[in-house]
Amino acid sequence: MHAKADQRIRVTLTLNGRERSGYAEPRTQLCDFLRHELGATGTHVGCEHGVCGACTVRVDGRASRSCLMLAVQAEGRRLDTVESLAGEEGLSDLQQAFRRHHALQCGFCTAGILMSCEEFLSRVADPSEALVRDMLSGHLCRCTGYTGMVQAVLEVARSRRLATGPDSQQENNDV
Amino acid sequence: MKPAAFDYLRPSNRREACERLHEAGDDARLIAGGQSLMAVLNMRLAQPRQLIDIAGIEDLHFIERRDDHLAVGAGVTQAELLEYPGLAEAVPLLAQAMPWIGHWQTRNRGTVCGSIAHADPSAELPLCLVTLEGQVVLENRRGKSRRVMAGDFFQGVLTTDRRQDELITEVRFPLARPGLEYRFQEVSMRHGDFAIVALAGVIDGARVTLGVGGVADRPVCRVFDRHEDPGETLNAFAWSLGAEDDAHATAAYRRQLIRERGRELIAGGPSDEEIAHARQG
Ligand SMILES: Cc1cc2nc3c(=O)[nH]c(=O)nc-3n(C[C@@H](O)[C@H](O)[C@H](O)COP(=O)(O)OP(=O)(O)OC[C@H]3O[C@@H](n4cnc5c(N)ncnc54)[C@H](O)[C@@H]3O)c2cc1C
Ligand code: FES
Ligand code: FES
Repeated sequence: MHAKADQRIRVTLTLNGRERSGYAEPRTQLCDFLRHELGATGTHVGCEHGVCGACTVRVDGRASRSCLMLAVQAEGRRLDTVESLAGEEGLSDLQQAFRRHHALQCGFCTAGILMSCEEFLSRVADPSEALVRDMLSGHLCRCTGYTGMVQAVLEVARSRRLATGPDSQQENNDV
Repeated sequence: MKPAAFDYLRPSNRREACERLHEAGDDARLIAGGQSLMAVLNMRLAQPRQLIDIAGIEDLHFIERRDDHLAVGAGVTQAELLEYPGLAEAVPLLAQAMPWIGHWQTRNRGTVCGSIAHADPSAELPLCLVTLEGQVVLENRRGKSRRVMAGDFFQGVLTTDRRQDELITEVRFPLARPGLEYRFQEVSMRHGDFAIVALAGVIDGARVTLGVGGVADRPVCRVFDRHEDPGETLNAFAWSLGAEDDAHATAAYRRQLIRERGRELIAGGPSDEEIAHARQG
């Protein structure tokens, strides 16, 4: 493939379970494509150099900076953003826990943090507080001081473990 | 900010990637995980005319344990290597050092070879590769490959021995040898930030190889004798690296860290009896 700099390329991907297409120039960042072309404005954009984590989405399940990825690189991939979390029944367990523990204030950082936490919880069933803090170190929050987030993640990990039962627990505490 | 305009190329094999690199000359850049390059492009610190994406080249996606080394292909992310079963046993230094590279989220996309190619003097992987005396494998558009010892590959800040039309296809980390101890230490502002000083050590009986990152313009190693007081030699080593003041730390603090942490790393290894025991076992 060779796309010219001013060419508008059709990009098709699966966004939150639905196939979506739009057009992007080679230099269009994934975060801008999601927001401006597909209208998925839940994902926020902060620093645009990978540091703040506001733009974090899941690419084929992996929490990734959407400001450090081009829209054309997302062709054919599975993208999940904060819009995927709440279902018909309302907020997800993680979102509810964030609310209960005051894990957000202005909310600018929250969309990215939730996506990191979701991937983390899917990989680490029984995390230590230190590991949760390590995962959260990839995000900047100027409001909360992170304590509420740590509590929310540990609580959801616990409740999901109870829901799945002891037999299905993964033992990957040292990821 | 947004990147300046560039053409985007997605070659399907190594030869084609090198061919495109050769044609475009200095106007082209390779992109792998984008965790360093995209930030540079967004800030317009670089404005290449062509971006050549190697993430889609399938035969670069491998981790292979061979006779005496672990080979990691250019398609492998840092997260994938960390998840490789038996990493702690195969290359224990990597298992200790890699959690210090950026964050969970950047390791998900950043590649192992990309970090070697980028050659940031504070980066953990170049330090490990140099300390372990690993190799970088490069291939050009004629399909010819060459191997370079890590110690010769890094030539300065973001500067390596890679030629303009070459692709790093894999890096080779020597496997752990029985009885040897591997240690890693880092001091940074916060976990996940680039190192102010990073230390990697290989303890082989009385012989300790100490590598230091984050101070000189590239990772640098020295060999120490565990039976001698390292005070003098460590001090000389610390001064030889040409530490500079920056926003994160003063040069004096960096030298102090090398002296203190270096001593800890050299002296804190297993005793001679423990090593002898491990060798018998
Ligand atoms: C917030 C943040 C924190 C970070 N912290 C750290 C840290 O603490 N320690 C650390 O080491 N790194 C850190 N990084 C950078 C690290 O994540 C990058 O993954 C790594 O430096 C580059 O790998 P990449 O695959 O992303 O390469 P890219 O960004 O795609 O490329 C980097 C450079 O290498 C070249 N290149 C890439 N692959 C090849 C190849 N196969 N052959 C030849 N040239 C190639 C590219 O042309 C480019 O010049 C951080 C990044 C971010 C965003
Ligand atoms: S906007 Fe992407 S990490 Fe800050
Ligand atoms: S809630 Fe405001 S930045 Fe995190």
